[in-house]
Amino acid sequence: MTTVHEPRTSPEVGGIGHSVRRKEDDRFIRGAGNYLDDLNLPGMLHMAILRSPVAHARINSIDSSAAMEIEGVLAVVTGEALAAHGLAWMPTLSGDTQAVLATDKVRFQGQEVAAVIATHPYIAHDALSHIDVDYEELEAITSPQQSLATGTLIRDEKEGQTDNVAYTWEAGDQDSTDAAFAAAARVVSLDTHYPRSHPAPLETCGVVADVNSITGQATIYMTSQAPHAIRTVFALVAGLPEEKIRIVTQDIGGGFGNKVPVYPGYVVATAASLLIGKPVKWIESRTENLISTGFARDFHMHAELALDGNNRITAMRADILSDQGAFFSDAQPTQFRAGLFHICTGSYDFPSAHVTAKGAYTNKAPGGVAYRCSFRVTEASYLIERLVDNAAHEVGMDAADFRALNFIREDQFPYLSPTGFVYDSGNYHGAMDKAKEMIGYDAWRARQTEQNSDPDATKLIGIGVASFTEVVGAGPSRQYDILGLKMFDSAELRIHPTGKAILKLGVQTQGQGHETTFAQIVAEELGIPYSDIKVMYGDTDNTPYGLGTYASRSTPVGGAATAVVSRKIRAKAQKLAAHLLEAAEEDLDWEPGKFTVKGTDQSVTIQDVAFAAYTNHPVGMEAGLEGVTYYDPPNMTYPFGTYIVVVEVDTGDGTWKVLEMVAVDDCGVRINPMIVDGQIAGGLTEGFAKANMQWITFDDDGNCIGSNFMDYLVPTAWETPRYQLGETVTPSPHHPIGAKGVGESATVGSPAAFTNAVIDALWSRGVSNIDMPVLPHRVWGALNNVEVSP
Amino acid sequence: MYPSAFDYSAPGSLEEALASLAELGDEGRVLAGGQSLIPMMKLRLAAPGHLVDINGVSELACISESNGHLAIGALARHADVASSEAVSRHNHTVASAAPWVSDPLVRNRGTLCGSVAHCDPEGDWNSVMLAVGASVVARSSSGERVIPITDFIVDFFTNSLHPGEMVTEVRIPAYRGPAGGAYLKLERKVGDYATVGVATHLVLDDSGNVAEAGLGLTAVYGHNLKVTEAEEMMAGQTPGPELFAEAAAIAARTCDPDDNVRGPAEYKRAVVAEYTRRGFAQALTLARGEG
Repeated sequence: MTTVHEPRTSPEVGGIGHSVRRKEDDRFIRGAGNYLDDLNLPGMLHMAILRSPVAHARINSIDSSAAMEIEGVLAVVTGEALAAHGLAWMPTLSGDTQAVLATDKVRFQGQEVAAVIATHPYIAHDALSHIDVDYEELEAITSPQQSLATGTLIRDEKEGQTDNVAYTWEAGDQDSTDAAFAAAARVVSLDTHYPRSHPAPLETCGVVADVNSITGQATIYMTSQAPHAIRTVFALVAGLPEEKIRIVTQDIGGGFGNKVPVYPGYVVATAASLLIGKPVKWIESRTENLISTGFARDFHMHAELALDGNNRITAMRADILSDQGAFFSDAQPTQFRAGLFHICTGSYDFPSAHVTAKGAYTNKAPGGVAYRCSFRVTEASYLIERLVDNAAHEVGMDAADFRALNFIREDQFPYLSPTGFVYDSGNYHGAMDKAKEMIGYDAWRARQTEQNSDPDATKLIGIGVASFTEVVGAGPSRQYDILGLKMFDSAELRIHPTGKAILKLGVQTQGQGHETTFAQIVAEELGIPYSDIKVMYGDTDNTPYGLGTYASRSTPVGGAATAVVSRKIRAKAQKLAAHLLEAAEEDLDWEPGKFTVKGTDQSVTIQDVAFAAYTNHPVGMEAGLEGVTYYDPPNMTYPFGTYIVVVEVDTGDGTWKVLEMVAVDDCGVRINPMIVDGQIAGGLTEGFAKANMQWITFDDDGNCIGSNFMDYLVPTAWETPRYQLGETVTPSPHHPIGAKGVGESATVGSPAAFTNAVIDALWSRGVSNIDMPVLPHRVWGALNNVEVSP
Repeated sequence: MYPSAFDYSAPGSLEEALASLAELGDEGRVLAGGQSLIPMMKLRLAAPGHLVDINGVSELACISESNGHLAIGALARHADVASSEAVSRHNHTVASAAPWVSDPLVRNRGTLCGSVAHCDPEGDWNSVMLAVGASVVARSSSGERVIPITDFIVDFFTNSLHPGEMVTEVRIPAYRGPAGGAYLKLERKVGDYATVGVATHLVLDDSGNVAEAGLGLTAVYGHNLKVTEAEEMMAGQTPGPELFAEAAAIAARTCDPDDNVRGPAEYKRAVVAEYTRRGFAQALTLARGEG
């Protein structure tokens, strides 16, 4: 078993392994954060967006004359007006096109139809009801199955599009998979829908666009997880010179993937500012955020496992139908049309797999963002962990034992998966053993047997296990790009003369604690106290180019860049130290913060060296102590873990509650264990939400059910289970500091653990699947053989 | 989330408030806790012309026991009701329901009388009031009416107040014998409306039989539903699982729930039956002093 390493630096320096308090929290908890809506510029105008009330309709006419008569209204922008500037449509992150403001048709409820620019937000909103739109309603396509069966074409404007298929994709090897299934002793299958969900960050999306009509400088303040990429997209879409676009992100109140895409409101506000010559602010309402911006998941999944006579898995098949909404705008690497879903072979060692996927357009909001997820790895992990659990039930094995039998062993890493991933490192048995020990697995199984065997029992115990493997840290440039931009990331580090430092990042915090974590990496590498290091991000004029923060890539990529640039600086510092100590470079020993001449007590600190870099550098050496690194990761990283949940199901009303939960995570080396624990607790809660209560659905007319927090449920402290967190540490062999990324592990791994627990409680009553959210009426329906919908 | 324009006034006394309401007629709306009204205004589902804010009328905040009933004033917050010793002494059903109303933030601001007046069929309080036989005191500049809750609730979001009238108090009668009650609520999370709510009320006579039974249902009909047939059936009977099962069967067939995201009608009927049984069992335990 791997062990947890003791920190190498003192608590004051606060390098890797220290749970130092987050530097950013002072301003957050005192209400002194600076969010987008806090920004008010002189002469600023306000924008409100008119949205379609129907899911699918032809627009016959838009009459905005009455709105224009309202005092304080400066403009009503329509798709027609944008079309005159070539801006009625824009590219999506998956290479499709998306309407900015509808011209021909509306294709989902909530689609942007027109925008009012006014002197006050109340006036802008009042004016919306005075815009008269004549809609001619069309058949609403509300499921991908209906989409593929109907003759109604959703994307009739798109050249060459003759059906409602958004993409098709496959991975793995069909022939060897078919052969394995033909030889199987048993086949276990599962059909399940991972429902549509929404990241629902506390702060909604928005923009303040300030285009200076004299200089042409466009300063765009926005809530973006990827400001540099957005700048390039703006340059390409709007035709603005890139040096005149500055994207500024201030504090961001959560992103979770929702703030990766470019939304129509950003484009309209920028165009309006350009045309009117004044700053324009647009802040989404909660409902606008939930009904129109990037959703996640919505995968209809069929999968099968082939087993041999010894209960070993020999192959897997998966076939996916994804509901893309009106535009294919998944935020994902170009080469992978169904994201990294093909990681769906999970933590198990078997030779063959074949994955097919097809996406269908529907009359729903577009999105497909990676909600706290590395590009569809959440759906993949859910599928394999549900399937493996059902397989264990079917062969009559304990869920933990069946997994242990089929796990990839520690000595098999690096492991080539049947769909082509090279898992960097792992110890799946170690995480499983630790989780079982922490929760008292055998005792719970005994109590379950006793309690559930009573035929009159109305409270049934279920124990759910999930042993996930993630793939994060996109990614190596040979395979990973978004719209052609390779998925490297960057760090620029300057050491000031007094030994303080500024670190500028291409990744973008949304509250995860980058100002602390990344300072700790520098502290580890250079011995400069973390509190002396200012971390900057989110201003494209003042930070190096990067692809942003999502898919757990900040630490794997941006963190690696930070370590590498620190080492570059340390190499120069060593030359300076040799100069100061009048010794040869190779005669110096390094410990964090100090160079010492071998075998002596003569030493200089990193601060001495920094001062010398500006005051006493040797002849022939450039002054200064700074560097920049663009890091191209050699491989992805593969965090993993085992989660075990015990639930009690009430057979009378179908409710279930968590009695105990243990989460053992292995994300490699932990930089700030407290922040890691916080990330895991938050992710577990989001996973619990999905399993227990949360989804976005639609009625037959395409009306969104889940358009506010009364219908789209976010758990409070009251519902949230208590978690016990555990860890094992298996460093990534290729990452400079051995870290793997953890922001999303718990969201990815935990939903299956909850569902498995409920199914485990009900298996003996004949229940083998309930789709998420595992709502009380679905449990009751399954127990009583009553079809329930939705 | 911007409301339409409206006028606002904040009278300092009840007389002043009633005078304003008399003058404003249909245009006037009382603002107490605002926990339903303000979200509806922000969603532009409601657009009152003038809000009369009664939060400065402090005499309306009281909870008191007098003349054989418990009086809960128009400014008593849900949280006040939940923490009131008078309430917990006086009525088990009311005490049991208070912590189930929405979430702590709403309970700190929202009022019981406001919730009763709102007549949202998914609101909790009117089921309780129907079960326990409450009445509503309405005042206007021309006088006072005491309206039985069964007459006060007219329909979906509709009460029997006249223009210019406001609710000043809800009255809950004192128990006349050993009694118990409960409010059981199925909600998807704290702060959610009920999927199903069941208010039970049970008073025993000297021989331990049912002297009085009350049963009110939330979110399973066009308005909060009093299951009179079950209440009448139970009177005079020996309380116990069989009687409660019979009441549960009546409740399940009397209600008329919708199929929606909170579940199909068949499920909700099953929960109504389950919670009716459980609720009366809890009420009986309390009435017998075994709780």
